[in-house]
Amino acid sequence: MREYQNIFTTVQVSAPDYSGVPIGDAERNRTKGMVHNHLLGKLGDAQLGPIYLGTLGVFSLITGLLAFLIIGMNMLASVNWDPVQFVRQLFWLSLDPPGPQYGLSIPPLNDGGWWLITGALLTLSIMLWWARTFQISRNLGMSNYLAWAFGAAISLYLVLGFIRPILMGSWNEAVPFGIFPHLDWTAAFSLRYGNLFYNPFHMLSIAFLYGSAVLFAMHGATILATSRYGADREIDQITDRGTAAERGALFWRWCMGFNASMESIHRWAWWFAVLTVITGAIGILLTGTVVENWYLWGMKHGIVPPYPALEATPVLDPMMEGAQ
Amino acid sequence: MKILNMQLFAGTALLSALLLTGCDLPPQETVQRGYRGTGMEAVYSPEVLQEVVAANQVPAAIPAVSSEGPKAGDIYKNVEALGHLSVGEFTRLMAAITQWVSPEQGCNYCHVAGEGFEQDTLYTKKVARVMILMTQNANENWGAHVGGAGVTCYTCHRGNNVPEQVWTIGVPPRHAEGHNHLMQNVAHQESSVYTSLSIDPFTPYLLEDGVARAQGGTALPTGHTESIRSTEHIYSLMMHYSDALGVNCTHCHNSRAFGSWEQSNSERVKAWHGQQMVKSMNNDYINPTNDWLPEYRQGPMGDAQKVNCATCHQGAYQPLLGANMLADYPNLGSLAPAPIDLIEEAADAIEGAVEKAVEAIEGGMESASLDQAESAGEAH
Repeated sequence: MREYQNIFTTVQVSAPDYSGVPIGDAERNRTKGMVHNHLLGKLGDAQLGPIYLGTLGVFSLITGLLAFLIIGMNMLASVNWDPVQFVRQLFWLSLDPPGPQYGLSIPPLNDGGWWLITGALLTLSIMLWWARTFQISRNLGMSNYLAWAFGAAISLYLVLGFIRPILMGSWNEAVPFGIFPHLDWTAAFSLRYGNLFYNPFHMLSIAFLYGSAVLFAMHGATILATSRYGADREIDQITDRGTAAERGALFWRWCMGFNASMESIHRWAWWFAVLTVITGAIGILLTGTVVENWYLWGMKHGIVPPYPALEATPVLDPMMEGAQ
Repeated sequence: MKILNMQLFAGTALLSALLLTGCDLPPQETVQRGYRGTGMEAVYSPEVLQEVVAANQVPAAIPAVSSEGPKAGDIYKNVEALGHLSVGEFTRLMAAITQWVSPEQGCNYCHVAGEGFEQDTLYTKKVARVMILMTQNANENWGAHVGGAGVTCYTCHRGNNVPEQVWTIGVPPRHAEGHNHLMQNVAHQESSVYTSLSIDPFTPYLLEDGVARAQGGTALPTGHTESIRSTEHIYSLMMHYSDALGVNCTHCHNSRAFGSWEQSNSERVKAWHGQQMVKSMNNDYINPTNDWLPEYRQGPMGDAQKVNCATCHQGAYQPLLGANMLADYPNLGSLAPAPIDLIEEAADAIEGAVEKAVEAIEGGMESASLDQAESAGEAH
């Protein structure tokens, strides 16, 4: 019994190098080398490579690497090129967007200019990588679910760093490149615009995010639990009776009446993941552009409960006339 | 298998213990301070609270003396801030200040041995005078913040020449030439409470006239233009408030609506007055001492060491946990009364104003009664 309950993959296929299905002319886009590794086999397939690189992949890597380098060099400059301080303070360091005084104009390199260049390079890199997911899917004769899912995530990225700042008329609204600094940005963003929790699209995004986690756990556990019947192989599973797939489906039908099918569970997963970022992007897009204070907006529309006064004497803004 | 499990368990336990070393051990005490379910509560670790209590004990007061008898200003020369005290009170306060500020150096920290006490030779004496005026002013005019407990020299000094927690205008740490350092994103800085936020939130809000208002007061945009950057600066300042007082955000705010005054505790109003008070202390009292401070008492920008929340509070939600030390030293409770001739002038001025006012009122009443008579006539 225990052999079916393991943290890592239990079955590892030892096989000769396999270069995959033939894809004609596009073959030249693929690297040649491949190796086998037992530890990799514990997590997935033991074969590493070949990679389908192509022109898109090469330029995506170059622009991405440039962005990464510029961020790193700016961080290094902020600690006077000291490698020890760079490592010690890495989580604090940042490449910040231009100050609010610049609006949407082009700032000097050392006052946000590098941030703009990095953003442009990183966006280019991500878009090239996105095009690459189309290209590889096509070569393998697949449809484009992956590219569109990735595109959904890119929409959130673009709203955060490009579209919303332009609508707001200030690059300073965008996210800095840095570990703690981008978290500070997140907190400050919510504080500035009156608590993002009262943004309905933020609520939806969280629901889909948590839903994604629950769905992933349900699906993963179902497949692992039926792997003793060959669920991991999925051969003839969908059509035959008494198979791993049917047992997995029956489990959920008996448990909660409804069950997803072997195909539809993946649609559930796809939509939850995609809607997490799309609703998130809408929520961010509306913040500051058409809604100033989400808490007050929520009050206005009855989604925020009013609480009784805290103290007998109401607390007044001391800067209001007549207060103090 | 069993042995492996044991090892795994031990390893996990050790790792968890390591990760938790930064936390206070349970149990924690929670005191509800706001509407249920809002998380407006004070959380205390009894262990930490013990340390805070131990660090905030008030020293025994010197026995009180009579306020009768000749005034210090008449007996001693060059007494400006405390001339209205009796000689006994004056001497007692001098002894107390020595205890509070220079217990090791004694009188000679401010007065040169062998020279007359009236001489302003040492910068420390001149600073002491300004500090006494500052304390008196805080107690007399900033009741909205210092309340009944008030402040004394000890509130901040606690036996140190310079209070332990002071600040000067920040300078960026070492960075490459040509790099424009934004004074944020620096590790392990107490001034930003170890965050990557601004390392000098004090200059804009406790020295200059920065207004710490991040949120707009309307649901839809109506021209409030606070930037994300300045919001982060306010955030850093608020972290300082929180750290200096040893409280969390909900000491003042309902965290669902940080900007809303209606949902805040009245502590927030006290904090607002505190900001104004500190700003006045830094600008009206401390900055002017800059001209004669020695360099080693100045920051890298050549400015005097200034006050922020931590200078007095030192980790307690009320300095010295609200002990009323001022009751033992009432002489620090208010500024010296203005000299007699000034008071007479003021009295004359008031008398004149009152006479004028009375005349005006009488005139008004006369015309009013005339109006009445007229209207009465019309009615007939």
